[in-house]
Amino acid sequence: MPVYSEKVMEHFMNPRNVGEIEDADGVGEEGNPVCGDMMTFYIKVKDNRLDDVKFKTFGCGAAIAVSSMVSEMAKGKTLEEAMKITPRSVANELEGLPKNKFHCSNLGAQALNKAIQDYLSKKKAKGGKE
Amino acid sequence: MRKVYLDHASTTPLLPEVREAMIPFLGETFGNPSSLHDWGDAAREAVEAARAQVAQLIGANAEEIIFTGSGTESNNFAIKGLALAQQNKGRHVVLSAIEHFSVLQSARTLEKWGFELSLLPVDKYGVVDPKDVRKSLRKDTVLVSIMHANGEVGTIEPIQEIARITRESNVVFHTDAVATAGTIPVDVKELGVDVLSLAGNQFYGPKGVGALWVRKGVRIMPLLDGGVQEGGRRAGTENIPAIVGLGKAAELAKSTMAARIEHLTQLRDRLLDGLPSRIDHVVVTGHPQNRLPGNASFCVEFIEGESMLMLLNSQGVAVSSGSACTSRALKASHVLIAVGISHELAQGSILFTLGIDSTPEDIDYVLEVLPPIVDRLRQMSPLYAKFIKESKGGK
Repeated sequence: MPVYSEKVMEHFMNPRNVGEIEDADGVGEEGNPVCGDMMTFYIKVKDNRLDDVKFKTFGCGAAIAVSSMVSEMAKGKTLEEAMKITPRSVANELEGLPKNKFHCSNLGAQALNKAIQDYLSKKKAKGGKE
Repeated sequence: MRKVYLDHASTTPLLPEVREAMIPFLGETFGNPSSLHDWGDAAREAVEAARAQVAQLIGANAEEIIFTGSGTESNNFAIKGLALAQQNKGRHVVLSAIEHFSVLQSARTLEKWGFELSLLPVDKYGVVDPKDVRKSLRKDTVLVSIMHANGEVGTIEPIQEIARITRESNVVFHTDAVATAGTIPVDVKELGVDVLSLAGNQFYGPKGVGALWVRKGVRIMPLLDGGVQEGGRRAGTENIPAIVGLGKAAELAKSTMAARIEHLTQLRDRLLDGLPSRIDHVVVTGHPQNRLPGNASFCVEFIEGESMLMLLNSQGVAVSSGSACTSRALKASHVLIAVGISHELAQGSILFTLGIDSTPEDIDYVLEVLPPIVDRLRQMSPLYAKFIKESKGGK
């Protein structure tokens, strides 16, 4: 088996929040063309908080565990708090990632961030009304 | 939980008879074959008996067999040693794009030393066209190296035809037979090659031992300098237990080969036919017929190989994958890319290599546990979701 922490294995075997949100307020996609991992995050925002977070991921064990962890970390947070989630903080929560997977499969924070940016730009386009 | 090992291309288990044959040489029979006393004689006799066994496996003369430390060493020795020995004649080397890394990287080293390489393409089944070999030959070509069969996609190469061409042109021809020697018939005279690599852990012998067959009269530069072991071509005190084990494994492979092939082919076809009938959007890689008896390799669309491998492992099934994520360098298998598979599809690579202990029940177990794994990963996959949306939208 790849050298994954127990936490990574646990999230890989039992990923949280897998799926899509049909009427998502924001969608963010991030992919790594080199190794081919791809993650899509869907968010639902209520009172400036992430009311729901779901994801779909194509990739290795680390990519799936990262997505699951990001969704768990982000849920319930304010947008500002959620934007502070970084690849480093995700890896720390997962009790580490193999060196070669850190950059390749650790795209969850960026994908979430894109979903939030998507939400914010849509909101702006509507003239700040929600 | 059921345990099903289907990763024999990585390594095979040691047969009990092989282990038995090795044990005395881990104990009381510990001498150095170079010593001139009874202890040395006992060790030397064991090495020479093993040499004869390996020679018989491939239809060679015993004195043409050089023991090495692995298939990788055999390939390094062949590529570098044959090129260096002939560098006054020329500095051009020809190989296929799907060679094992031990051949490819050795050739890259030659490149740094001023040699020129020609990498031949393969068709969608992984077959080298002998015409391409003919076209690639130049006045300064000193070596052609094409593998006998590829362990990742299972395809068997037209070695005899290529050998006819190299012989006409008087160019040395090496074949990496690590995936075939001890598995399917390998006869150096029938194949017509000049140099051939094999490894013990591919046919139920020990790890850490291989052999290189060099036809008498072919010049090769040693990689290891030192004493005059192996006719002065591979210095270093011999790994006697491993060499004895390799010999025993060769003997057993030869005497049981036909039955092994029949068994493996039946199981392989059960898997090659069974998997695509249970899972949609699966591609068989390699040649449909002309392939290794134990090799069933696939690419499963929309999902990634390491995830599949890990979930199969959690069900007790051991396999390999050529996906980028499973390689340490995070690069998709060069073999899959060479047969024209896209980087995205190569991510779904999964390789089953069966062994003589594999059973029909093992295959049926895989056919039972894999479809839900694929389904689970596809439910998670944005690529699959996209595909479903597009195919619905198209209707």
